[in-house]
Amino acid sequence: MDFNQKTGCLKLGARLDAGEVSALWSAVGGRVRHVDASPLETCDGAGLALIWYVQKGGATVTGLRPEIAALLRPFDHLPVDPADAPPRDNSLFGQLGRAASQIWNDTRDQVAFIGEFTVTALRCAVSPGQVRWGDMWVIAQRAGVDALIVAGMVSLLTGMIMAFQSSVPLKQFGVDIFVVNLVALAILRELGPIMTAVVLAGRSGSAFAAEIGTMKVNEEIDALVTMGIEPMRFLVVPRVLAGFLVTPVLTVYANFLGVAGGFFVMMALGFPFMALWNQLVSAVGVTDVMTGTIKSFVFGILVAGVGCLRGLQTGTGASAVGVSTTRAVVSGIFLIVLVDAVFAAIFYTIQW
Amino acid sequence: MVKPIIEVFDLTAAYGDFVLLDKVTFDVRRGEVFVILGGSGCGKSTLMKHLIGLLRPAAGRILIDGGDINNASGQERADLLKKFGVMYQSGALFGSLTLEENVMLPMEEFTKLPPEARRLVARMKLSLVGLERFSGHFPSEVSGGMQKRAAIARAMALDPEVLFLDEPSAGLDPVTSAGLDELILRLNKNLGVTFVIVSHELASIYAVADRVIMLDQTKKGILAEGAPGELRDHDSNPFVHAFFHRETAEVAG
Repeated sequence: MDFNQKTGCLKLGARLDAGEVSALWSAVGGRVRHVDASPLETCDGAGLALIWYVQKGGATVTGLRPEIAALLRPFDHLPVDPADAPPRDNSLFGQLGRAASQIWNDTRDQVAFIGEFTVTALRCAVSPGQVRWGDMWVIAQRAGVDALIVAGMVSLLTGMIMAFQSSVPLKQFGVDIFVVNLVALAILRELGPIMTAVVLAGRSGSAFAAEIGTMKVNEEIDALVTMGIEPMRFLVVPRVLAGFLVTPVLTVYANFLGVAGGFFVMMALGFPFMALWNQLVSAVGVTDVMTGTIKSFVFGILVAGVGCLRGLQTGTGASAVGVSTTRAVVSGIFLIVLVDAVFAAIFYTIQW
Repeated sequence: MVKPIIEVFDLTAAYGDFVLLDKVTFDVRRGEVFVILGGSGCGKSTLMKHLIGLLRPAAGRILIDGGDINNASGQERADLLKKFGVMYQSGALFGSLTLEENVMLPMEEFTKLPPEARRLVARMKLSLVGLERFSGHFPSEVSGGMQKRAAIARAMALDPEVLFLDEPSAGLDPVTSAGLDELILRLNKNLGVTFVIVSHELASIYAVADRVIMLDQTKKGILAEGAPGELRDHDSNPFVHAFFHRETAEVAG
């Protein structure tokens, strides 16, 4: 194989494969005017591509063996320019338009989902026999019982950390017994419900999205629909119901452990249990416990619901399931914080 | 005689204690279209997975062009893997890549071709299977038959000597299926590619196969071997007869 720079004449060797073509391609490119292919015996797909390429570029090819020429024949009508990819407008307006239409579609999906879910849930409330209770209990176990350790640890450690961190500054004012107020109110009103809901979003919201998303990709959802089984009743209701029942229980449990964590630290710092208990009883009212628990019901519905919604929105292909799972967790956490802010405003207004 | 491209000696295939194939011996000649057929559950797909090295034989040896894929490692194994391409039953195209990118992927990994050369080779492979116009589409945007043809194009990306096709005509209409048969014959004749096809579509077996082996569940091995037309007309085994004449086993038995 050798290339004469001056005359633009390329003399090929006996073999032209991907390795040789890699070296030749950029060196020779558009400068070949004549190819002497007489020594060429074997040629792979890349070699054929090179010959085709220089030929279409206007070079003459001589001495090509008939069997190799035959291999080239199917490509006689291949256009030089690649076929147009499906048109895609990448200007600012195009991108804005796509983003807007995506937001619009997403909103429409959510409204439809909420509406359909409400109708189905009401129908199930009227005749509870329609609910798949067996599935519900299994899901509740996976979302609830299996989450006890992680939700408990997160809450316990948060309580302990808060007590540690706040005891030093409060001690400077000689009011370190008020650490109990701080830890108990923060955990019961905000942190307990929120952290439990975040744990649920990470563990179960993602699992719901992945499970339903995989079913969507495998056309199992279509199979349900054509069997006359609504996915909403079969898949979504048991999951949302499980989230609704399990989250408050987990929250109460997390609240207990969080406050206990604060107590442990305070006792280690030398406070007697009874002093802490009296402080707790005087600091915490029924409304403080209520606000956290009420919120947790809503968080449970939201996290489970958005997990199912993202699962049902899954597109095609393996990567779509990953996208749905991520969206389930992100939307779940976002909704938790958003709804918590709304609750804060409501509770402030009614002075709970 | 030319050395066969695939040689299988006393292959025993088993899942744990459950033996599916017991001491199977056959070979595939260079340049032929070889079909593995048999009823459901007789181990066709298992046999193919052994041939391409996805499953390890419980006993016996498989040589592809003289190399033992189960005992090869490193560069030797990589070279062996380049000798064949596989089309999986559902295509197994990567959903996040366009058809063209799917075909370019093996070239990107195993050759130093510049991007424009890879693109051109990919377009040529796609044009061989009649999909030139769809090179920029994603697998989900084309039909099932097109996905299978694109999967064949991807399997051919590195110019393998052998192409394994797992049930190429399953789930396709007769016209598309016939188009696929024609494609197989064309590639076989023009490029000299050896085909090993797992199938039970009678029509396409008659159309493409030079030689078939028929596996059987109870015999745990090869029930019949030969050209399909001959097996149809001359084989005395009742099950083989039933298979080629589309009768139920009871009638045959």
